[in-house]
Amino acid sequence: MTKRILIVDDEPNIVVSLEFLMKREGYEVAVAGDGEAALRAVEERMPDLVLLDIMLPKKNGFEVCQTLRANPQWQSMKIVMLTAKGRDTEVAKGTALGADAYMTKPFSTKDLIAQVRQLLGLS
Amino acid sequence: MLQGWVIASVSFAYLGVLFAIAYYGDKRADAGRSLIDNPTIYALSLAVYCTTWTFYGSVGRAASTGIGFLPIYLGPTLMAGLWWFVMLKIIRISKANRITSIADFVSSRYGKSQLLGGLVTVIAVIGIIPYISLQLKAVSNSFTILLHYPDIVMPAKAAAQPLLQDSALYIAMILAAFTILFGTRHLDATERHEGMVAAIAFESVVKLLAFLAVGIFVTYGIFSGFGDIFSRVESVPKLKSLMTVADTGASYGSWWSLTFLSMLSIMFLPRQFQIAVVENVNERHLARATWLFPLYLLIINIFVLPIAVGGLLHFPDGNVDADTFVLTLPMVERQEVLALFVFIGGLSAATGMVIVETIALSTMVCNDLVMPVLLRWKSLRLQEQQDLSGLLLSIRRWAIALILLLGYVYFRAAGEAYALVGIGLISFAAVAQFAPAIIGGIYWKNGTRQGAVAGLLAGFAVWVYTLLLPSFAKSGWLSLDFIKEGLFGMALLRPQQLFGLTGLDEISHSLFWSMLANIGCYVVISLRVQPSVAETGQGTLFVDVFKRTAGTEGSRFWRGSAQVQELLPLISRFLGPERARAAFLAYARRRGLASADALEANPDLVHFAENLLAGAIGGASARVMVASVVKEEPLGIDEVMNILDEASQVRAYSRQIEQKSHELEKATSELRAANERLKELDRMKDDFMSTVTHELRTPLTSIRAFSEILRDDPKIDLLERKKFLAIIVREAERLTRLINQVLDLAKIESGNAEWHTADIDLHEVIEESAAATSSLFSDKRIGLHMALSGNVPTVRADRDRLIQVMLNLLSNAVKFCEAERGRVRVALSVEGGEVRVDVEDNGTGISEADQRTIFEKFRQVGDTMTAKPQGTGLGLPISRQIIEHFGGRLWVSSDLGKGATFSFTLPLNGSGAERREERT
Repeated sequence: MTKRILIVDDEPNIVVSLEFLMKREGYEVAVAGDGEAALRAVEERMPDLVLLDIMLPKKNGFEVCQTLRANPQWQSMKIVMLTAKGRDTEVAKGTALGADAYMTKPFSTKDLIAQVRQLLGLS
Repeated sequence: MLQGWVIASVSFAYLGVLFAIAYYGDKRADAGRSLIDNPTIYALSLAVYCTTWTFYGSVGRAASTGIGFLPIYLGPTLMAGLWWFVMLKIIRISKANRITSIADFVSSRYGKSQLLGGLVTVIAVIGIIPYISLQLKAVSNSFTILLHYPDIVMPAKAAAQPLLQDSALYIAMILAAFTILFGTRHLDATERHEGMVAAIAFESVVKLLAFLAVGIFVTYGIFSGFGDIFSRVESVPKLKSLMTVADTGASYGSWWSLTFLSMLSIMFLPRQFQIAVVENVNERHLARATWLFPLYLLIINIFVLPIAVGGLLHFPDGNVDADTFVLTLPMVERQEVLALFVFIGGLSAATGMVIVETIALSTMVCNDLVMPVLLRWKSLRLQEQQDLSGLLLSIRRWAIALILLLGYVYFRAAGEAYALVGIGLISFAAVAQFAPAIIGGIYWKNGTRQGAVAGLLAGFAVWVYTLLLPSFAKSGWLSLDFIKEGLFGMALLRPQQLFGLTGLDEISHSLFWSMLANIGCYVVISLRVQPSVAETGQGTLFVDVFKRTAGTEGSRFWRGSAQVQELLPLISRFLGPERARAAFLAYARRRGLASADALEANPDLVHFAENLLAGAIGGASARVMVASVVKEEPLGIDEVMNILDEASQVRAYSRQIEQKSHELEKATSELRAANERLKELDRMKDDFMSTVTHELRTPLTSIRAFSEILRDDPKIDLLERKKFLAIIVREAERLTRLINQVLDLAKIESGNAEWHTADIDLHEVIEESAAATSSLFSDKRIGLHMALSGNVPTVRADRDRLIQVMLNLLSNAVKFCEAERGRVRVALSVEGGEVRVDVEDNGTGISEADQRTIFEKFRQVGDTMTAKPQGTGLGLPISRQIIEHFGGRLWVSSDLGKGATFSFTLPLNGSGAERREERT
């Protein structure tokens, strides 16, 4: 069964690159441009994994993560946080809020792919 | 009948014995085997307190007030209990500082003030003169009475006698001669008179024995014991009332005030100070005096009441003065020898008092009054004279003569107006004025010279007004009106009911007001005035005397340079060459040196010289004299700090510390605020860095991702490859732009930006900016309308920077306008000394909340046209910085949904830009 990935980022070019990468790996891809759109997308259909940016319009990545983790239905869903802010406190905050992994921008595409594959139990 | 010559020769014989004792005492002292180095002699000599006032007057007072005579002896008895603290301290201070008199003591304590020394001297002389005249009166009266033996004839009023027949005059002259012989045979550096002290101790024994003899005779000879006398009292109601204290407030008040007064007098009467302090050989003698002296007082008072009662019973009709009972009772019983012995006892009480008192006063007059004046009197050239010891002696001799003469004059004038006791109390009240300055001076470091002067003057003035002037008035010298009506007829100023205070006897009344004025002025002014360095130094020496005298010979807050060759001649001039040489040699030997010439000139030596001289001419004068040969240097900061350290100024200091700590507190809170501000700035900087990092990482993320995609997958189709490469290029440009702007802003903010200021035509700037952005407008087919006022003066600014601002505003306007429907209007106008530019669009508009933040760094307004605003978020902050740099303002006005207008102003040429320029 094809795994579903939700990409949440407000930078169009980054979205383009992530979409390309995930599709090439054979995943089904959905995109959301802000925090609220991300929650709507999950409600509509739960993805297997969310690539979640932190600096988002309307609702930031931490809030989205917290909301997602608050719902027991979505416990199986993996969350990978992506951020350009690489400070330790933010890594810790993300992990504490229930993110499964944390990647700092700019990321290595190989690492990202490996991380996603591992979280989805494919490797 | 006792012949006059008999009485006279017995008297002279007695005086001869005294003189022999004194002579022997001096010889022993010179030989180094002091006769008076004995606590019993010290205690007996203190009994100089008991004058004819005690000898004759106690009985007189007892006859009129019963046990009312007791407070005068109760006070000293109480005080003796305190001697071990107070007197010991005064003695220790006086030894350490070579104090020669009570005036010297006060002067030295307050920075060796000549003014204070003089003031104390004047008060003492004026205050004591009535007391001396009292002695003259007593001796003269007793002589006259005795002359009529066995008849009891009261002496005529003194004034009624022709001057040359007045025995008091001759008595005064004899006493003066005798005192001069006793006190001023030679000048001693320590101002001590061992022979005199021995004679005084002897006199104390004589007057005690004489009084006891009368007492025993009256009690057991005339009556049959105490029981007999007091049982007779019971039968006479008038006498019975004498045996109890009148049960009224005034009576207790006067008991209290007399006790208090005599407590002070036993310390501060010049003769008591002389005997107890100056003549003290060994301070341990004080221990025996604390019980032996009160015992003496007790013994001499045992028979006062019996004699008084005996006199009253014997002379019931009241034509015999009670003051004479001691003499007249033996006379009426025909006890010729006893009467003569009593006369000698009275004479001994009088001579003791007069000798010591006038020696003490003459020392004060010489050292603290005359010498300071003479030394300042340049025309006398005293400073240059070789030997002044002769001058000093003659000043003292004249002073003695003058004091006794004044005593006689007062006796002639006022002698009859008062009973003996009354006169004595006036003197007591005068010397009580020294108490605040002295007691305060040895326990309170903050007492200052001005405070002491003010206190003494105030107390003395009140004393003069409430006691001395009324005594003059009662003697007929002044009109009595001012006593009855008050000064200028003001009742409040009645000297014996001052400010309406009634119900007190005149002594208590005067004591109350004078002490109030004295202590009040002393304390208040001392607290208000900062003491000088000299006062502080002396204050510390006095108050901390017990701490200091243990080790060194007193601390020296002095520095200067002097030569032994200069000091020795100076001392010689006052002490005579021999004594001076001897003193210096002794000093040198104590330091293990062979001769005085080997002495090193240092502060110790100068201090020694000054002390030596102080013994002869008083502390204040000595200081002046030594200063004349010593080059005194101002105290250095180290010494001053030493003085401060030695705790003298703790209070003034702590006030400063308090002030400092207030300042510190203020500084701390300022510092805290500054720290908060710094933290805030630091946080902002941190945020800024974090934001910059974020902004830099975002384009990098795209660049890296697409680069890796292209590298790892060579089979991507051409179209996609082109698309990805275009993204990479665009993001790289964005990165470059961002880096440039961050650097630009940093430069402007740190003041390191380069500005090329010139006269700028804004027309041209706007035209060029419009041309540069024309492709943006045409791409989105947005219209640009210009409304430029024709005649706009130039502004002082940087052309490229203004174009940067215009480009930013125009591109922003395009960015937020809908394609095809967008309209942008640029206006240029002149308004109130400013040029104004408006860039108006009909785009999405900016909410009020956003209007406040768009000028902050990296704050972009999310726009509805594209998902993510283009640009760096630094354009508006940079534009605002540029405009403000040239003295203008940049702002926005907008309604959400109805477009926005960005406006800026710049000052017209010459009005604001120049000023701004000067500062940059």
